[in-house]
Amino acid sequence: MTLIVKKTSQLIAGMIFMYGIYVIVHGHLTPGGGFAGGVIVAGSLIFITLAYGGDFLKLIKEEAGTTIVESLATLMVISIAGAGFFFGTHIFFNNFLPKGVVGHLVSAGVLPLYNIFVGTEVAASIFIIFLSLIIFKEESPQ
Amino acid sequence: MELELAISIITGFMIIGALFAIHAKDLLSSVIACGIVGYSLVICFLLLKAPDLAIVQIVVDTITLIIMVAVVLDSSREEKYIKLDTQGYVNAATGVLLIGVLLWFFIASIQHLDVLGKSTLRMAGPYIEGAAQKTGSANLVTGVVFDFRGYDTMGEAVVLVTAVLGVLTILRLKGKK
Repeated sequence: MTLIVKKTSQLIAGMIFMYGIYVIVHGHLTPGGGFAGGVIVAGSLIFITLAYGGDFLKLIKEEAGTTIVESLATLMVISIAGAGFFFGTHIFFNNFLPKGVVGHLVSAGVLPLYNIFVGTEVAASIFIIFLSLIIFKEESPQ
Repeated sequence: MELELAISIITGFMIIGALFAIHAKDLLSSVIACGIVGYSLVICFLLLKAPDLAIVQIVVDTITLIIMVAVVLDSSREEKYIKLDTQGYVNAATGVLLIGVLLWFFIASIQHLDVLGKSTLRMAGPYIEGAAQKTGSANLVTGVVFDFRGYDTMGEAVVLVTAVLGVLTILRLKGKK
């Protein structure tokens, strides 16, 4: 891409990324949440990949890292759900942390943690589907 | 009444866009016409007061469009026509028959549904009453999705992981060393 596209994407991609993190973290207060915010974060990563092309970013390494992040985030969601079994009432998805005041940023027990890990997982999933469409075509024999 | 009129007009646009997507000669304009359907659905969600769904829909639709445009530009913009043989005619006849049967069931069952916006779902009331105190979450949707319906959300997350595993397995042509 041209210099204008590269510079503009440099300026904007960070803002999109921060907005995605805002939507994830405030998921229990304002509309949005893990799924929406995760896709916004993935969108910023896709944006910068499209602007700079595959050679700049060494995409093979990105693919390996994204796979690990995605699997770990899913594992964390399931282990938080399982941790509810050992605190308080013996049921899965038990909200074992203190709930706090409704409307504060740190409130609602474990719901923000679910939001953060589901957001990470969704971002990694969408981004890796996009990456796999680029990488595996390049390394395949013609 | 105005809401129903607005939603009817937007649904008409969606139908026109979907029909154009099927019949377009150029595959790129077909993909863009699919975008009409998605973004009209966003306006429908906003009119029906569902901002959570609208955010997810607009972002997912944009990223799907980007991926589809990349795929179309990479492969071919011309649509390939296949001449129908006997099996093709049998398949088409089965499809038309199935559409007729489904339409009949749809018309038969839609007469017993509620009017738009007035639901008689029994679980909706207890979810809304005091959900903010029960879950501690100001956003009711997050409270329902992650607390009352936690298993659904975990299933969605695992479905995404499975989909990514499938994509990586199918697209990887050269084995890992």
